Amino acid sequence: MSAHFKKKSAKTSQAIPTASLPDIIFMLLIFFMVTTVMRETELLVRTSLPAAEAVEKIEEKRLVSYIYVGPEMLEGNRYGEDSVQIDDAIVDDLFEIRNIMYRKILEEPRMIISFRVDKEVETGLLYDVQGELREAETLRINYSTMREGGS
Amino acid sequence: MLKRRSQRKAEIPTATMADIAFLLLIFFLVTTTINVDACISMQLPPKLDANVDPPEIQQRNLLNILVNNTGDVLVDGQFMAISNIRAEVMKHVTNEGRLSNYSDNPDLAIVSFKTERQLPYGTYIDVLDEIRGAYVEIRDSYSQEIRGVNYATYRGQLGEDDEDEVKTKYPIKISLAEPDAGGSE
Repeated sequence: MSAHFKKKSAKTSQAIPTASLPDIIFMLLIFFMVTTVMRETELLVRTSLPAAEAVEKIEEKRLVSYIYVGPEMLEGNRYGEDSVQIDDAIVDDLFEIRNIMYRKILEEPRMIISFRVDKEVETGLLYDVQGELREAETLRINYSTMREGGS
Repeated sequence: MLKRRSQRKAEIPTATMADIAFLLLIFFLVTTTINVDACISMQLPPKLDANVDPPEIQQRNLLNILVNNTGDVLVDGQFMAISNIRAEVMKHVTNEGRLSNYSDNPDLAIVSFKTERQLPYGTYIDVLDEIRGAYVEIRDSYSQEIRGVNYATYRGQLGEDDEDEVKTKYPIKISLAEPDAGGSE
């Protein structure tokens, strides 16, 4: 009996073939590389988004340009005035927005502006920013929200 | 010299390939944030042209939703809770000319949404969400009626050039009114 066992184990190779391991890893790697969106801007304002139910997915992410509105984050977990951030800087004067947006829309006419606005911000500021967008003829916008239920 | 070279095996060591790939993999694993971003799409009104008069809209086709600083809602002059807006918007859009103070048909129906400037953005989105929710429900039930599936499924079945019947029947017309217009009438 024991002789039989010995013979059998001797015939088959015990090693797991690892030649295809890099391929598997590369597949995973490529998947994550494709799905990764690097955070290209550092947030200078707090944006805790409100939740909504009747939402859609953001499509054509390449066309989306973000505007962040919220209380400015100061040192030591304090918050300052409500401010508007475009790309990686805070816009001091709201009138500058139309120039920034005008330049952007020239580069990409199909641009969509996505608002990431803090829950607590007063809508007056939002209206001012939207007024600037209208001046620059960038009319396609959306409001980023959380999905209701899955906070 | 030549002879010695040919004896060597000209192979690249691939044993460490997996390790390199693993390192990269871990890097991307850590940096990945799978975004579950959702949004409410809107279209801003174009810049006002002083030479062109705004189009005439019959009062019955317009549903005025006003929200004040504390989040009180006024729909066509009537005080209302935020949760009742949905039913009201649905009633307005699907009226088809039956009641005299609601819309003539869905194509003409406009929901005008206006808030005071001090209203927190969270409430603004709540109200907007209710209005959008009404349209979603209307579209779903119409899609159920003509195709027997909900709107999302129907959209999925549509080809590139097919007309979206549901969207044509019930276009979403939400007007973000000018907040500074002062006095809606």
